[in-house]
Amino acid sequence: MSTAPTHAPRIERKPLAQRLAPHLPMLLIPALMLLGLALIPSVPSWLTLTVSGLAMGMMIFVMASGMTLVFGLMDVINFGHGVFISVGAFVGVSVLLMLDHLTGAPSMVMALAAILLAVIAAILATGALGWAFERVIVKPVYGAHLKQILVTMGGLIVVEQLIIVLWGPEEIYIPRPEALKGAVTFAGAAMEKYRLLAVGVGAALFLAMRLVLRRTKIGLIVRAGVENGEMVEALGYRLRMVFIGVFVAGSALAGLGGVMWGLYQEVITAHMGQQIMILIFIVVIIGGLGSVEGCFIGALLVGLLQNYVAFLEPKAALISNIGLLVAILMWRPMGMIPVVKAK
Amino acid sequence: MIGTLLSGDLPRSRILTALLVVIFLGLALAPFLFPGVRSVDTAARISIFIVLVASYDLLLGYAGIVSFAHTMFFGIGAYGVALTLQAMGRGWDAVLIGTLAGAGTAAAIALVIGLFSLRVRAIFFAMITLAVASAVGVLVSQLSGLTGGEDGLNIQIPRELTPAFKFGGELWGVKLNGKLLAYYLVFGTALVLFLLMLRIVNSPFGRTLLAVRENDFRAEAIGYPVVRYRTAATCLSAAIAALAGALYALWLRYVGPETVLSMELMIDILLMVVIGGMGTIWGAVIGATLFVIAQNYLQEVMGWASAATEGVPLLPNLLDPDRWLLWLGLLFVLSVYFFPAGIVGRLRAGKWNDPK
Repeated sequence: MSTAPTHAPRIERKPLAQRLAPHLPMLLIPALMLLGLALIPSVPSWLTLTVSGLAMGMMIFVMASGMTLVFGLMDVINFGHGVFISVGAFVGVSVLLMLDHLTGAPSMVMALAAILLAVIAAILATGALGWAFERVIVKPVYGAHLKQILVTMGGLIVVEQLIIVLWGPEEIYIPRPEALKGAVTFAGAAMEKYRLLAVGVGAALFLAMRLVLRRTKIGLIVRAGVENGEMVEALGYRLRMVFIGVFVAGSALAGLGGVMWGLYQEVITAHMGQQIMILIFIVVIIGGLGSVEGCFIGALLVGLLQNYVAFLEPKAALISNIGLLVAILMWRPMGMIPVVKAK
Repeated sequence: MIGTLLSGDLPRSRILTALLVVIFLGLALAPFLFPGVRSVDTAARISIFIVLVASYDLLLGYAGIVSFAHTMFFGIGAYGVALTLQAMGRGWDAVLIGTLAGAGTAAAIALVIGLFSLRVRAIFFAMITLAVASAVGVLVSQLSGLTGGEDGLNIQIPRELTPAFKFGGELWGVKLNGKLLAYYLVFGTALVLFLLMLRIVNSPFGRTLLAVRENDFRAEAIGYPVVRYRTAATCLSAAIAALAGALYALWLRYVGPETVLSMELMIDILLMVVIGGMGTIWGAVIGATLFVIAQNYLQEVMGWASAATEGVPLLPNLLDPDRWLLWLGLLFVLSVYFFPAGIVGRLRAGKWNDPK
């Protein structure tokens, strides 16, 4: 009789590479910043570029997050998302132009109050438009990607043209409020006040969104719906209602992003949404369609890279985003943080 | 004979056949039936757009892939010819090399984009093509040293295709000159390309594309490599679009980002496909003809209507000829909802109510 072989099961600590793997996308951001620091000769200009890259990334994130959630939840691909950006910008800017006694004053509080009013108006307008868009344009084509792409593209054209009918074909110049003009100097680097504000607002929104998604019941339902919608419905939740809520919220966020972007560029056109959509598509694809975290990381990467490359080699800035897209898709074909569908 | 020529894919509807015959005869005899610079120009545009729209239908209607880079391929063809003609002088060799190089480049780019995006998810393709196409558009306007930037390039085409070249006097009151030759070059090439596409979609390859469109999972299970079929369709349609672009550049004797690369053109193509009927190459003929004629002549009507409603609030703005895209967009959305098979689909179904 031989004895049973001795068993001494041990739980090995995973090697470092495996423990790092899930966090790799997040680590890409500091890695890109360090790379920028190595390539850009002067530290102050690196700091300036980093802040403007982060500001740009945060704004793109605000605009893109709605689209990626809408896709994750209902498999709806909304090519018309960009129009909410334009509408938000036009409504917000109209309000700001009406409040010129507030924006003209040098007081920071007054400026922020004016912007807040403009943002609220933009959010209400784009939220309502999003609701109508969902009911009229998107609802009849659930489950058919090809038709969704075509119909939402058509919706985009129609609303864009309506903007031109209502506001006229000329671009509108919008100066920033007096109190937000100029820059603060820190460690020899000039950082525009408005960009710092944009970074703050974007980061706050991301944290708030994370909190809602992770800590509240509605967030739980949304996350579960992204993963396995049928199961959530079987448990008795009306996912359709949740979806409409997410669609409206996503549209409102796009409108908010539109106001921020309009003030950043200081000029708005009816086609601005369509132009930003290109960046948004790149961001949601490299982030992994349906993932909010991926979208956040992707947006920051795009913003930082665009600013660094524009400084180092202006002509290459146009292609840098496409290059990023290609590199990320070679590394992870489903995007950085792929959404696992339990189907 | 006609059946073989049309690859056995007959119009299958009397009204449709009649319409197609009228369009064919109209285009074939355009310089004699409608002499006049503007109408011949319209006819040439129709011929070119039929090819362009049919090649897009190959992708959208048959393979079920949405691409927003079709104008990019069209533009690559146009710029290919323009740049070689500029570099090599106004010879036929330059035309030939430029056309082939344009088509080759377009197919190669389509291959790369296809391998990247179709591998994972077909909807990535729509977004990535949009991003790439806009980047190329910006690049073309930025590299003004090579491409002429926003102003575009005026090109010298072979002398035989210009009005200055005369052979013989007049035929039925129409001067026999190079412009006539150019028209028939455009018309003949378009006809050959169209018949070629009809052949492609009715081949086993075309059938497989339909299978992939209807149920890619099942097609894969039966043993067809879905990604390869989708990529092949993308490359084919890109190459044909580039050929159409080369024709367009030769006809206009000009290329520029607005005329061959703009997003508006892409939307026009989408509309023509949807109105004519997705998944029927014949739809391209109807869609392109209706659209180009409407574009050329309807805008005048809108201008007149806008002037007539002067004084009514908002209406003149809505009817302004510049708001033409608004009405097209509405028409587009409505036709995708209520009219997904387009004009050709409805005519083939035999009646105007829903066949379901």
